[in-house]
Parts: sequence; structure tokens; C-alpha cells
Amino acid sequence: MHPAISIILFSTLSGAGLGLAFWTGLLLHPPDFVEIILATLAAIILTGGGLCCSVFHLRRPLRAWRAFSQWRSSWLSREGILAPAALAALLAFAVASLTPMPGAPWWGLATALLSAAAVFATAMIYAQLRAVPSWNTTLTPLVYLSAAGASGAFLATALFGSPMATGLIDITLVAIGLNLVAWGLTFGWWTRLDLAGDGATSTATATGLGHLGQIRPFEPPHTGSNYLLDEMGYVVARRHARKLRMISLLLGCLLATAILAIDLLGPGSTTLAILACLAQLAGTGIARWLFFAEARHVVTTYYR
Amino acid sequence: MTSLPSSTDRRLGLVVDLDICVGCHACVVNCKAWNSGGYGSALADSDPWGVDPSGAWLNRVHSYEAGEGADAAIVHFPKSCLHCDDAPCVTVCPTGASFKRSEDGIVLVDESKCMGCGLCAWACPYGAREMDPSAGVMKKCTLCVDRIYNENIPEEDREPACVRACPANARHFGDFDDPDSTVSRLTAERGGIDLMPEQATRPTNKYLLPGERSGASRLAGHTTRTADTELSEPQGLLAWVDRMLEKI
Repeated sequence: MHPAISIILFSTLSGAGLGLAFWTGLLLHPPDFVEIILATLAAIILTGGGLCCSVFHLRRPLRAWRAFSQWRSSWLSREGILAPAALAALLAFAVASLTPMPGAPWWGLATALLSAAAVFATAMIYAQLRAVPSWNTTLTPLVYLSAAGASGAFLATALFGSPMATGLIDITLVAIGLNLVAWGLTFGWWTRLDLAGDGATSTATATGLGHLGQIRPFEPPHTGSNYLLDEMGYVVARRHARKLRMISLLLGCLLATAILAIDLLGPGSTTLAILACLAQLAGTGIARWLFFAEARHVVTTYYR
Repeated sequence: MTSLPSSTDRRLGLVVDLDICVGCHACVVNCKAWNSGGYGSALADSDPWGVDPSGAWLNRVHSYEAGEGADAAIVHFPKSCLHCDDAPCVTVCPTGASFKRSEDGIVLVDESKCMGCGLCAWACPYGAREMDPSAGVMKKCTLCVDRIYNENIPEEDREPACVRACPANARHFGDFDDPDSTVSRLTAERGGIDLMPEQATRPTNKYLLPGERSGASRLAGHTTRTADTELSEPQGLLAWVDRMLEKI
């Protein structure tokens, strides 16, 4: 599938932003003034920025407001509603925490729930597509949820320090643990991709001509390329897929986890936590790029 | 709403006969011509006279070679929207632009609502939807909804442009809910099949497969002729010469 850079940025950044909102709403009780301002700003910039990025891949962006309307059937519509709703709840949580406005714990809980739901909806946009067998698995939402949770925990560590100022649990330990889980799941997703291929679909089922023997394309419909091949027959990244998998694992899993572990045991410096954060985001971004580039649409069975 | 109707009054669609299609692409060209002036914005191309021409088409004909050696067959394979009962392209639409009509089952795009996200094209396993390179909205086969009910054109033209253009009668249009319609009878008699049944889209359009090939059965047990092959036993004078030569 064509890996549009706007979509990669969107799902990586908004995942991290919503992950941060999740941990902020869940753990920051009662919040420190600076911490809550920083966390709210960071979550809004990352998620809002991601949402803005996603608008760039639309051919008619002025009609994007219509995407709020079809939540009954469309995961993309649900995602479009849940992400801003999570940010609104986070804003309410921040205001309630800093002013006499009541219900801060409830706004915190709502933030956490809405953030998790928004990330789940993002993942389901892809996981629901039977036409892309490598996406069509329970592993897809698990990868998205764990990656967002891990990115959010890394950000929270960088912002709040360790242990989280007034938190119930040490966010750094959560970050390290969840990051290992996230990369374990990503590795599982890759393994499944290598084994599953096109699933049950083949040129034989796509054309119904399987009874005639092996089927070979004789003449394509047109001599040039087309939208289907450009959008769904993307092959550039696959050549380097193995290398990119290793790079993303080294950056996002090994390097990020190692830096944070050193930080936890030793200096507890914010600089190290920020470095870990950047490595984790870079690794997750590359893995997200591969999520698109390596996925193969069944329409390509008509072309090979 | 992009929810699918629980049932439709009629199920309009096509039967494509792969035994008959000669791969002339007339259906492709007539589809493009009609839809460049019919429903919605014109079906556009990008760089049509340049070095890298591309464009949106609602009907494309693939040609395949199937089987091995003397038994290999060329099969021309026209492919357009199958107007599925469980159309995955409709339910994923976030804006309400995609819908399936409850009156006749036709799957359409309301171009004034489409934001061009392309998710419906990803959801369709058949590649039936293509983004218009000029208008930036999703294009798909309308089953020529602007022809089949059009009282301003002669009655014989009130069928999809691809069906009207086919010189070999390989495409048939009708209501699959009517057991006496041509499409229903052809599907029943010839065992019309669904494409990619494992994708669980329940397509309306059916494909008739190439039958027992007359060529294949004629060739069965027959020696392939080469320049040195004797076609039959010699007759008459040649037979006498043949016998004489045998005796020498």
C-alpha cells in the first residue's frame, strides 16, 4: 500500500499525543501546575498536528468536516470524532485541576478512555479491511494501542521525570515494559505478514479461472500505470524491508529502552529521557511506514 | 448514511460471459466516453497526450493466459464494479458520499460529499474505484444510472454503455431478483460465479466461465501437425506408388 507521509506522521504523532493524554488523565492526580500545562500542550500539539497532517492527504480537504457524520458505520469517522473528543476531555481535566471547577478525576478518566478509544479506532480503519490481508488481524489494534501507550509513557517520563511527581506508579517502568510489549507485538505482526501473504485470495479466486491451470497475465488493461497500481501496488520499500525492520527495532526497542533504563538507574536526567523519547518515536515511525509499504492489497492478484 | 440497506427492491447488475468476450475493449471505451459526459464530473485523465498518460477508468479488460502448452487458453477478463450486497467500500466512507440504493442495489458516490480520502478504494478488493485525477473525488461504475432510467434516449439505449457497445454480446444487464430475467437465467444455466468469494462481499455481478473448449476436445488424441507429419494414408495413385516403394 502507498505509504503517504501525511498518514505516517498522523498515526505516529497522534498516537504519541493520545498516549500522553491517556497517562496524564490516568496518573496525574493531583497535578503540578507546570506539569499539567506542559502535558496538555504537548498532547494537543502532537495529536492536533497529526490530525492536520492527515487532512493533507485528502483531495478535497474543505469537505473534511463531513467526516464527523458517519460514526455509525465508519471507523474513520469514529476516529475523527474520538480524537478531538479526547483532547477536549484533556483540556477539561487541565482546567478542572487548576481551577475550582469540579470533577477533575472524572475528566481524567474520560481523557484516558477516549484516548484509548481514539487509537483503537485509528487501528480499526486498517484492521477492518479484508482486502489487505496483512492488516486484517487482531494484532493490528494491539500493535497500535501498545505503540501509542509506549510512546505516551516515554513522553510522560520526559515531561514529568521519574518517578512521576505525584503518580501512583512509576511511569518510567511502565514505559520500558510497554515498549518491550509493543515491539514484541510488532515483531509478531511482521512474522504473520511473512506467513500470511494474500490470505485465501489468489489470481485463481480473483478471476475464477483456476480450473484452467496456472494463470499468467498476458496483456494488462492499459500500457501505462494507473491509480490502483500507484495506490495499492507500492513496491519501493519492500526491497529494503528487512533492513528497515532492523533499524526500527534497534532505534525504537533497544536504543530507546536502554537509554531509559540507564536514566532510571542512574542520573534521572531529562535530556536522556528526551533522547529516549526521540529514538522511540523514530523507531515507531519507521515501523509505521513499513506497516503501509509492506502490506499488499488483493487487487494486485489481477496484475500478477 | 453509509450503512448498507438490509435488502433492496431489485438487484440490478451485469453478467459477463468470459466464453464470448473477444477482448476488443469497446466496452471500456464506450464506458469512458459516456462517463466523460454523464453522471458527475467528467471522468478525467492526467497527462493524456504526454509521456506518462494515466487516468480514471470504470471498466478495464485484463487478458490472461491460462494452462500449459497446447492446452493454454487466452481469456479476456473485463472488470468493473460488482455492486456487492455487502459492499465494504460503502460502510468505510466517513462522509456519507458512498451509498447503496435500496431501490435497485446500485452502489454510487455522491461527488458533492466526497472528500477524496481514498479509503473506499482501499476497501474494495476488486479495484473497482479510482480517484479522479482532476476533480479529486472517487469515481466508480454507476451501472449507467443516467442511461437505464433515461426517458430522453431511445429505449434500446437504456442499458449500461458497456453492454450497449459489446459487439459479441458478452455482457448482459438485468435484475437478478427476477428469476425470468436474462441475467438470472444465464447465471442459473451456466453456473455464474462470484469473484473472490472468500472476501465475503456477495457481489451482484456474475461471471460465466469459459466452457469445455471446443479446440481442446478436437485436439485430444490428435498429433500436432509439423512439416514432416503425414496427414493421412495415401490414396489412389499415391497409394500404389507407396506400396511399390515399400516393396523395393
